[in-house]
Amino acid sequence: MNHLDSKFGDYGGMYVPELLIPALDQLEQVFIDAQKDPEFQAEFMGLLKDYAGRPTAMTLTRNLVSNPKVKLYLKREDLLHGGAHKTNQVLGQALLTKRMGKTEVIAETGAGQHGVATALACALMGLKARIYMGAKDMERQAPNVFRMRLMGAKVIPVNSGSGTLKDAVNEAMRDWSANYDKAHYLLGTAAGPHPFPTIVREFHRMIGEETRAQIMEKEGRLPDAVVACVGGGSNAIGMFADFIDEPSVRLIGVEPAGKGVHTKEHGAAIGKGTKGVLHGAYSYIMQDNDGQIEESYSVSAGLDYPAVGPQHAYLSDIGRAEYVSITDEEALNAFQLLSRKEGIIPALESSHALAHALNMADEAEDGTIIVVNLSGRGDKDLAHVHSILGDQIHE
Amino acid sequence: MSNSADRYGDMFEQLDAKNEGAFVPFVMVGDPDIQTSVNIIKALVAGGADALELGFPYSDPIADGPTIQQASIRALSNKIKTDDCFEIIRQVREAHADIPIGLLLYSNLVLKRGIEKFYQDAVNAGVDSILIADVPLREADRFIAIAKQTGIKQILIAPPNASDETFAEIGQKSQGYTYLLGRAGVTGAETAVSIPASELIDKLTQYKVAPPLLGFGISTPVQVADAIKSGAAGAISGSATVNIIAENLSQPEVMLEKLKSFVTNMKSATYK
Repeated sequence: MNHLDSKFGDYGGMYVPELLIPALDQLEQVFIDAQKDPEFQAEFMGLLKDYAGRPTAMTLTRNLVSNPKVKLYLKREDLLHGGAHKTNQVLGQALLTKRMGKTEVIAETGAGQHGVATALACALMGLKARIYMGAKDMERQAPNVFRMRLMGAKVIPVNSGSGTLKDAVNEAMRDWSANYDKAHYLLGTAAGPHPFPTIVREFHRMIGEETRAQIMEKEGRLPDAVVACVGGGSNAIGMFADFIDEPSVRLIGVEPAGKGVHTKEHGAAIGKGTKGVLHGAYSYIMQDNDGQIEESYSVSAGLDYPAVGPQHAYLSDIGRAEYVSITDEEALNAFQLLSRKEGIIPALESSHALAHALNMADEAEDGTIIVVNLSGRGDKDLAHVHSILGDQIHE
Repeated sequence: MSNSADRYGDMFEQLDAKNEGAFVPFVMVGDPDIQTSVNIIKALVAGGADALELGFPYSDPIADGPTIQQASIRALSNKIKTDDCFEIIRQVREAHADIPIGLLLYSNLVLKRGIEKFYQDAVNAGVDSILIADVPLREADRFIAIAKQTGIKQILIAPPNASDETFAEIGQKSQGYTYLLGRAGVTGAETAVSIPASELIDKLTQYKVAPPLLGFGISTPVQVADAIKSGAAGAISGSATVNIIAENLSQPEVMLEKLKSFVTNMKSATYK
């Protein structure tokens, strides 16, 4: 039986073939041991500091908010090596892989950010990486495919189903069920079967811990709200974890509304989804009346996922965190605003969180402090955004 | 209405008396469409299948290889619904009162309908057992409870890598038959079954699990014979059966003939 709680209320659990249970149990045990092992912690912290560049900066925006008495801070995960928060937990899981004596890593990727993070960690630690990526996504994200291959990872196109992230996850799980003896499945978000949601949260929780220390130093008090985008929900849970027991801090997750939550083209699993199982966990998912999984949509590939991590489902149900949504158009506006006003090009994912925070800042009382988790940088999105905006950008 | 018949028990008893093992083909219900699917399943029975293992199409089948995934996709692209699947089974049951019918499917189809309603609908259609590919023992209790209420047998999977505790728990909870996994990985004829060592079969006997049927990677009569020689009560063949459907979609009459003779061949390997 499990040593850690495998559920968040009714959510989470281990809805996987019996065959994978021993591998998940092994992972849970090695994670528990590693969390208590000072040597493991020292190595993880050392990598985060000297290789990845932690702690990341906290930037007070200068020009973005019109009310000078409202403060909007950015937690700068975009400055992390690899270009996004993903590097944190990948380094942690790569260390767990070595600790289990496994030599191969299986991963899935949508936009390619988790794939790139996996490739860099595996290059660093001498692990053999194979990364499943939807064939459609490989076309859309060609530079990231090249990055992964440059760092020695094998990128395997997935043609089954919709050829996007959810199908890449299916394929990675199939591979893992044949090769768990020597391969670790390095899942990329705070979803999937237990113990992944817990491991991913714990390996990202420094985002919130640093935020707390930095805001205390700058402001002498906790923020009024922390805001993060939610696809699977890894950067958000990393930001939220340290504030869950601080009721004065509002936790706000921003889901992708795509072309509008009234259309079928969105990815708002909490906002518009219903309860069910996808990829091993019980959570909010997008599905039809029979329980067939529906395809999600978002301009940002990293949020284009028809489910959400189980802890977010729980935090929503108990009312501890609020989940809202932002459309493609609003995210694209925020993307341009941050670039123009602050000289920072954000990832399209993070632009969703920023767009909502800007709406909040407009209506906030004087003295309000908001922190946005700027989970990644926008380099990967330049070609995509250019193709959407075209000549709309003027000097 | 609950299901009080013990078709698996009767089947194993009769096979024992004849000194035979069981051959159980698997196909996807609704593949490729309602009428062909009914004909396919009837052809399997006509070929000599001892029991039927039937899948319900699902969008994200993580335990299945490409052959069975494609079968799901064919059915779903023909807009097959869960209701259609139950109707197809009802028609098969009407034609064949005694053959054990098992479902093999994924948890979300059951949860979305509601466990209780799903199991009751299964009973009404004439189903004997349900195996949920992504419900391991650890999540199984609430499904087993409803199974008991409705008279459905909850089939459990015994994987080759399971711990003694897992085997012991399967021993306590299994009903109908035990799905013995012939190898790691997903369904598919590409990777052959590895016939379990006699220790594994001994272990199953020791823990008194329901009679084991060996599945995953069974596509030839020799593998069926070996499975039964090693002590399994029978063998299940999915991808090899579904391949015949996939390869003959444009000529349904030929498909049905080939399915029938495939089953007859596989069945003939079960004579001890």
